[in-house]
Formats: sequence, C-alpha cells, structure tokens
Amino acid sequence: MVETLSADRPPARIDDEARRTQPRVRTGVHFMLGDHACAEGALAAGLDFFAGYPITPSTEIAEHLATRMPEVGASFVQMEDELASMAAIIGASAAGARSLTATSGPGFSLMMENVGLAAMMEVPCVVANVQRASPSTGLPTMVGQSDILQARWGSHGDYGIIAYCPASPQECFDLTVEAFNAADRYRVPVFILMDEIVGHMTERVIIPEASEIPHVPRKKPDFSPGAKRFLGYAADDDLVPPIAHAGEGYKVHMTGLTHDEKGYPAMSPDTHHQLVNRLVDKIRLNASAIERYEEFELDDAEVVVVSFGCTARSARRAVREARAAGIKCGLLRLITVWPFPEGRIRRLVEAGKVQRFVVPEINLGQLRREVERLTNLPVRRLNHAGGSMPKPDEILELIRS
Amino acid sequence: MSAIDITLKTAANEHPIDHLLRADRLPHILCPGCGIGTVIHGYAHAIAASGIPEDNHVCVSGIGCSGRAAGYVNVDSYHSTHGRALPFALGIAVHRPELKVTVISGDGDLSAIGGNHLIHAARRNVDLTVICINNFNYGMTGGQVGPTTPIGARGTTAPEGAVEAPFNLPYLAKATGAVFVARWTILHVREFQDAVLRAMQKKGFCFIEVLAPCPTSFGKSNKIGDGLHEVEIYRERCRIENGAANIEDFDIDLVDETKPIVVGNFVDIERKIFQAHKR
Ligand code: SF4
Repeated sequence: MVETLSADRPPARIDDEARRTQPRVRTGVHFMLGDHACAEGALAAGLDFFAGYPITPSTEIAEHLATRMPEVGASFVQMEDELASMAAIIGASAAGARSLTATSGPGFSLMMENVGLAAMMEVPCVVANVQRASPSTGLPTMVGQSDILQARWGSHGDYGIIAYCPASPQECFDLTVEAFNAADRYRVPVFILMDEIVGHMTERVIIPEASEIPHVPRKKPDFSPGAKRFLGYAADDDLVPPIAHAGEGYKVHMTGLTHDEKGYPAMSPDTHHQLVNRLVDKIRLNASAIERYEEFELDDAEVVVVSFGCTARSARRAVREARAAGIKCGLLRLITVWPFPEGRIRRLVEAGKVQRFVVPEINLGQLRREVERLTNLPVRRLNHAGGSMPKPDEILELIRS
Repeated sequence: MSAIDITLKTAANEHPIDHLLRADRLPHILCPGCGIGTVIHGYAHAIAASGIPEDNHVCVSGIGCSGRAAGYVNVDSYHSTHGRALPFALGIAVHRPELKVTVISGDGDLSAIGGNHLIHAARRNVDLTVICINNFNYGMTGGQVGPTTPIGARGTTAPEGAVEAPFNLPYLAKATGAVFVARWTILHVREFQDAVLRAMQKKGFCFIEVLAPCPTSFGKSNKIGDGLHEVEIYRERCRIENGAANIEDFDIDLVDETKPIVVGNFVDIERKIFQAHKR
C-alpha cells in the first residue's frame, strides 16, 4: 500500500545509521522530478552500477544516484567522458550488473560507438537520454525530441534496440523498471528517451512495494561451468542466447567482431549474415511483446494524433478539446518508439475510418517519416525545432484543418 | 604414427599452461616473429603462478594486433572497442572487486585513442593490471606512426620519419598515479612475467610496458629485418635500472644507437585504491 507523502530528496545530511536504512525501493507517494524518478526506477529495478558524465539536462539523474547508490551498496562512477561511461556500463553488465548511464544529445552521440558494441556483444544495458534541443550543443537547457532516429540508427551497421518515451515522472519511474527488464530479456541496449520537459517536471509519482516491482531475470546457462563448452551466442527459438558473466567459470569470449556461437571471431560473410539478421530479428520478431502504446479515444477516430513524450501531453488536451467540439479525434501515444508500433498503425488504416494523421513533435519530422511509411493517408505535421513544445491550440488547429 | 596420433595429446605431454590458451582458436593471426605471442605466454604463466583461481581472472583488450590477445587466453575475455578497454575493464573490476582484471592492448589503443582513459584510470587507481604492448606503430593497419613512434623512425604515414615527440609511457603512467610501473621487452621473458605477477598480486593500477617486435609493419619501414633482429637490438641496447627514480629521462631513441633503452621495475608504491562509493 502507498500511504506516505515524502519530499523528493532524502535529507541532505543524515547520519550513517540513517543512510544505511534508506531503502532501495522508496515505496510511497512522492512529489518527484522526472530525472529523479528515472533514478529511483533504476534503483527499484536493481541497479548495481552507474557510470556517467555530467550533462544538462540529465545531470540530476547522476546527482541523485551519487547520493542514493552508496546507501544501497551499489557502485556510482563519474567517468572522464561518455565514451568511457558507455564502455564501463557494458563491462559491468558483462560481469552481471544491472547498469545504467544517463546523458543528453552530445553525450548520446559519443556513446554510439559502444552502443554498437553492446548490440553486437548482446550485453544488456540501459541509457537514459534526456533530450535537449539539438544538433550539436544546441539549446542545452531547453527541450528537444530530435534523437528519435539517432536512437534507432545512431551506431554504424544494422542491429535492433528498444526505446521508451516517458511522458510523465511516473512513467520515468515505471518505464525505467521496464527498460531494465527488456534489456535483460532480449540482451540489448535499451534507451529511455526522456526530454527536458519530462525530466525537469515535478509531479506525483507512486512507487509500489518492492515485491510489486516486476523483475525479469537474464537467461542463464542451464548447466554448471566445465560440464561442456558454453555457447554464449547459440540462440533459442526466441533468438535470444543465454548469457554467462565474468567470474562464473564459463570462460566466455565476447567481441565486437563478427563471431560464431562460441563468441569466437569468424570472418565469413555467412556468419555475418546470420548474426546481423538475428540481432535485428530478435527485436523485430518479438516486437508485439515489446511494443507499448496508449490509445485515447481511438475507436471511431477520423483524425489520429500520433505523439510521444512531453508533446503527447499537449496532444491529449487538443484531442479532448476537439472531441468537445464534435470532431472524431483520437490519440495514439507511443510508449515505445522502437520498436515502432507499425501493426497498430496499419490496423487503424485498414479499418477505414481514419482520414488523416497528425504528428506533432519537437524535431523536423522524424516520427512523421515513420507514419508516412505506413500509409497513403495525409499526414499533417507540426514541428518545433527545439526549445519549445507544441501547444494544444496549435495541435487543435491542425486537427481541425 | 599417423598425423592424428601425433596431434592427440595426453595429459602427460600437455604443457602446463596449455589449458590457459584457447587451443580451439589456433592457428592464431599473428605474423611470424611478432612479439605478441611471447606476451600472451608471460600472461598465462603469471596467471598460473598467481595463486588466484583461474576463474577469477578476466582479460580485456581493445583493438589492433595486441587487442587480439584476449581472444587467445582461456579465461573470461572481452575484446572491446578501440581505446575503450580500460573503461570496459573498470566496469568489471568495480562491480566484481574479487576478480583480477588484466588489460592487454597496444600502444596506439591505450595511449592514442584511449589516452584519456589511461590517465584517468591511473589517476583513480582502479584495481587493474595493464599490459601495454609497444611495437612503436599501428601494426594491424599496416605500419602507421603513432604516439610512441620514436622521432626519426619511419611509418607509412611518416615516410620521412616521425617528427612528433613520442610518449614515454612509464613516465606518463607514473605521473598520472600508477602504483606499479615497469618497462620490459619480450627478450626479458622472466622479468616481464615476474612484473605481471607482481602487478596481479598488488591492488591498484599497475602499468607494464612491454616492447615487442612488429617485423611486418614497423620492421619493414625501419630496416629491422625480422623479429630476431629487433630482439638483438633489445639485447645490445637495453639497460636494466630497477627502481630508477628518473624515468622521465628514459625516452626510447631507436635512431641513435648509442642511447640505451632503459628497462626495469620503476615504481612500486601504495596508494588508496578506487572504490565506487560502495558501502
Ligand atoms: S602486424 Fe606486427 S604487431 Fe601485428 S601481428 Fe604482424 S608483426 Fe605482430
């Protein structure tokens, strides 16, 4: 049961005894910053290791964890840069840790090198990217939603990833928990694509009892070390192989080179073809289990607003007002942008009621491109380059037009 | 005796460190005369002598010929990205402090693209053993000069000879905080092995530079005909100065044959090791 109402932060100075009694899961009702909710979600999910580099507007995640992680016996490291942060969380995860880093656009770009390594080695890890207005240094303190395509395609080559887009501090908590479970379930890097508005928004966050936090364990070898050779890249029917960690005795080898089922480098186009296809297919073919979206007033909708993150908050209000004005309008709010819920959009199109889509976003059309790919119906766009969010009136105008 | 009989091994004729190599990965990719194999041999012997359970040894490499080392040792091993072996290894070492994590990588990987991580890992005093194989050039990509190429030595990207001042790696490691610093060559098989063993048994950031021939790339550009020729240079010019305080003077000059190449165990101190605020 949730009954306490607490301040967001633990007291700044508390004695050692009080520190030790701070729980990992801060069950209760809180008035909490989105960035802090992400950090608390990670702790609730069992975060063992954080490595990061300060960057606006994600820094509060690191600062909060710098206080909280020692309280629960977990490791916090401030690294020399984002290249190192990403490498460190992969290393820690290869040794069995649930690991996290947090960043924003410029740091996310630097992390792309080792995002590819995590995808190729199939080492689970979670990256929170609190998006700001970009490109380059952009508007560091102001909102953006322009890393959507980078999250999907940012590292070189083909691979699959999962990306969640929270629209509230509560979702920052909930989806961070889910991100860790998805990372471990599918052995992939998972992104939490927050944005500056959601990250810096303070709202009610309900944290359940520890026993109610969902936990999906990693798939492990089903024999003891030494019994036979462990094949860390021999996938089951779900295309996800079991994982063994450093120090468990399985003598694993992991590499970013193209590798065979043992993990050994195998320089052949056939091996490469199989491996890369599996990396993509393990997300593509499991997409229906991974995808998450929220439907609002969609049943009879003729105009469908597709939105995510902070923009979806304006979109919901616009849809409500449109309904009040008698327009059959609904909202498809994406909770995972990757995998992109193509099936749901196709079904909407096939049902024949929808006449047009409206896609408001804080970038110049990254999500619109995905919607357009799936339909010949008109797709109206509302693009802010960054620094401000689409307002309900602007979206409503587009719904009406 | 058939060929199969000869290759079938019995426990009796196995070499004592055979099981520490991934025999199923042989033949290896290294060139004849390359020094990297001798380094792997020294590492395996140090594991065997360390008294630390083999399951607790972890090897991490970056990219390049030396970066392939992790792929040949039969311990949990990780071949990470170019330059990132140290932060990758930090993640393992911090999360599982009971593991003995050794980074084996090249001079370019650790001091050029990974140079920032090197100085910060040393500064933090992370509990890692680092074996930096220095062959004065980028071997795998065909012999380009790098931050360790001695002035005047040639490479494919400095056909008239390198003009930039190179790193003196032991000096760099000492200055940035390493608690154990050594330089050996693959000629000094015993001393190198003992240095690795010392590093494994010590807590904190330990840095061992080991000079190794790269006949295919560096040798070819610099009229060092084969691996043996470079080892002869080590034999003629190396001077052992264990405990020497003035390692800033120990630049390597391959052009001036009168200058010694100073090797030895230079630093062995105690300093608080890095702990990630873990209770
Ligand atoms: S290129 Fe040089 S460093 Fe690489 S394997 Fe050949 S000899 Fe060794």
